[in-house]
Amino acid sequence: MIPELGHFALILALCLAIAQAFFPLAGAQLNKTRWMAVAKPAARGQFIFLLISFVCLTTSFIQNDFSVIYVAKNSNSLLPIQYQISAVWGSHEGSLLLWALILGIWTLAVTLFSRHLPQAMVARVLGVMGLISIGFMLFMLFTSNPFDRLLPAAAEGRDLNPLLQDFGLIIHPPMLYMGYVGFSVAFSFAIAALLGGQLDSAWARWSRPWTTMAWCFLTVGIALGSWWAYYELGWGGWWFWDPVENASFMPWLIGTALMHSLAVTEKRGSFKSWTVMLAILAFSLSLLGTFLVRSGVVTSVHAFASDPTRGVFILAFLAVVIGGSLLLYAFKAGNIKSAGRFSLLSRETLLLTNNIILVVVCATVLLGTLYPLVLDAMGAGKISVGTPYFNFMFSILMLPLVFLLALGPLSRWKKQSLSGLFDSVKILFAVSILSGIASYFILGTISWPVAMVIALFTWIVGSSFLNLYKRVQNKPDKLAALSTVSLSFYGMFFAHIGVAVFMMGVTFTSHYSEEKDIRMKPGDTLDLAGYSFQFKGAKEVMGPNYRAQEGTIVISQGNQELTTLKPQKRLYLVQRSPMTEAAIDPSLSRDLFIAMGEPLGKGEWSIRIQYKPLIRWIWLGTLIMAFGGLLALSDKRYRTKRKNSETQVNPA
Amino acid sequence: MKLRALLPLIGFLALVVLLAYGLTNDPKKIPSPLIGKAAPQFELPTVLRPGKKISNKDFQGKVALFNVWASWCGACRDEHPILVKYARQHKTTIYGLNYKDQRSEAIRWLKVFGNPYIASAYDVIGNTGIDWGVYGVPETFLVDKKGIIRFKQIGPITEKILYKEIHPLIQKLEKES
Repeated sequence: MIPELGHFALILALCLAIAQAFFPLAGAQLNKTRWMAVAKPAARGQFIFLLISFVCLTTSFIQNDFSVIYVAKNSNSLLPIQYQISAVWGSHEGSLLLWALILGIWTLAVTLFSRHLPQAMVARVLGVMGLISIGFMLFMLFTSNPFDRLLPAAAEGRDLNPLLQDFGLIIHPPMLYMGYVGFSVAFSFAIAALLGGQLDSAWARWSRPWTTMAWCFLTVGIALGSWWAYYELGWGGWWFWDPVENASFMPWLIGTALMHSLAVTEKRGSFKSWTVMLAILAFSLSLLGTFLVRSGVVTSVHAFASDPTRGVFILAFLAVVIGGSLLLYAFKAGNIKSAGRFSLLSRETLLLTNNIILVVVCATVLLGTLYPLVLDAMGAGKISVGTPYFNFMFSILMLPLVFLLALGPLSRWKKQSLSGLFDSVKILFAVSILSGIASYFILGTISWPVAMVIALFTWIVGSSFLNLYKRVQNKPDKLAALSTVSLSFYGMFFAHIGVAVFMMGVTFTSHYSEEKDIRMKPGDTLDLAGYSFQFKGAKEVMGPNYRAQEGTIVISQGNQELTTLKPQKRLYLVQRSPMTEAAIDPSLSRDLFIAMGEPLGKGEWSIRIQYKPLIRWIWLGTLIMAFGGLLALSDKRYRTKRKNSETQVNPA
Repeated sequence: MKLRALLPLIGFLALVVLLAYGLTNDPKKIPSPLIGKAAPQFELPTVLRPGKKISNKDFQGKVALFNVWASWCGACRDEHPILVKYARQHKTTIYGLNYKDQRSEAIRWLKVFGNPYIASAYDVIGNTGIDWGVYGVPETFLVDKKGIIRFKQIGPITEKILYKEIHPLIQKLEKES
């Protein structure tokens, strides 16, 4: 009964989505207030039915209802309860339902926080979001219904993929989807503005907090995925340039560009058509990501079981949504007049450079992801581009970006004199170079990339503090004045420092990591990076749905015992799949990472031991970036200014 | 309407065509010109022991799977546990061709993920791969007792392909003299 209720709720949600799309969009074109008024109640109703549907599926999981195919495939009665819940989005059908629910949440949020917006604008935004929702629900109902029954019911479920039985995977997909789907709001605002011919700074101001919010979620989501890959996949890497990782990274790059470009459009009225383009691109890339994961076009570790009919459906959906918006753009973008001239050196120019670099990086990643497919289409066969291409291109392109990142906030809008900019940063520039040279001697090993990154770290952090100082230097009480600086400034301050921290983590991890794969018998000791690791032996332990060989390794430094790690080699009983559960001793300065390899007989094991300096900085940096985003969002000017804008911008 | 504003749309349409091609094109359906022909000759050092050589003569008199892999290849990560499991369950001869890889990375891969191969040939330049008509990684050839290629899998082997197609074929070939 419960699965049927869920199915029925999903169909009702679809009906409401159709109403939510049709009446408000038509009403806004024909100027019918009553039609436009359908938007909010329909959107809220849609959300409620999606929620019911989602709760029904979750209930089926908790009740171990193996007469539902999706439950039987992805759960098991021995599966711990938290994983029974996260198994709801552990595979294709359920993760689509989560996608739709999250779109419902964002839509609901728009209905709640749009009181100050003109009615036609709200109607169009919600209408466009309704259209997207229709596409996803049709997709689910026609090709991937999570409520399909299995008759006769299975006695036991096939269990959740053991890789996904992990805390990181409980929260990684929802976070990531909040980011992906969140860009639909900025997208809908852009389409609404194109439809209404109302591309002004008010539009940019409305879009900004939504974009920033989605960006924060996406940042955290990607970081979580990387963290999960690091400790769960068992080989200690944190980013693999896998097609699906790239699929999440591309919207992030464009989203980052969009945030900066929106700032220019809001403050200076320029870059309008460019900003609209970025808003369309960010969400289009989210959809493309979905396509890549679901269709099996590109092989990947993440890809769910692929199915050609699904691929065809998503591709058609992509063509309609993205093709339609680009067509609309082609018709309307010619009429967009960008105000605000700026000279060759100005904050506008620097932000434009930021945008161009980010878009080029994104294009590079897209090319690398699709290149195998292009070669295949030309008859050259399937190949894998691999990490070297991505690492090389990415670092080459990002270096100028992080260098300019320090200069942008220090420059003036419209026109910045070169000598003025030079005067304000010359000391910092010298200090940065010196810090690079100093590190070169302190670290003792000759490595130019590391010295350069340390110089850039000083450069970014120094410029952020320099900028903060400039804000308060003329105030009588400088410390007290710190609290008068706007939250959006602090947002930028932290986000940029996050970039610097991230960069240090990446560089140190890739240059100074040490690792050994070694055969150890009980009592053996390995010395690595100043630590000694003693293997005490392995014994069998039982988990709720797995059996494991658990090794004990005592780590000491000098004569002092630091900690004991217990890595496991697990065998999940239902799927008979072995899993490496690494044990990690984390700290801000380094991680010690131990993974069990294969048993070699007589109590001997092959064991992989790694020393990873500053690896935590990678995720710390991304969290600082996201924190910056949150600060920018909390800036009170959004609330006050939005009120002012009501009088300026008339509801057409 | 400016022509320039149409450019994104045109670019996107090209992308859709490409993706549509990717969807309809099932790589497993491409017949290999090598099927039914003798396996190309090669002689290469092995991955684990650089001093030891391996050649196509090692296959003779056995039904052998020849699996092309590399540590940098993402799809190989999907395929590998299936091969490891299969090697444990059945006594089928599996050789590897380690394609355009770094030896240290390849050795680590085998240690971490298990080694289903009797030996892996270390083809760092990729010449043997070209002789065998390797499109990309992973690929797998099935060679019969006379050294004739009987089956080729482009892309990763899935459990379904292994147990529904390859395994029955191996059993059939084992019975041939």
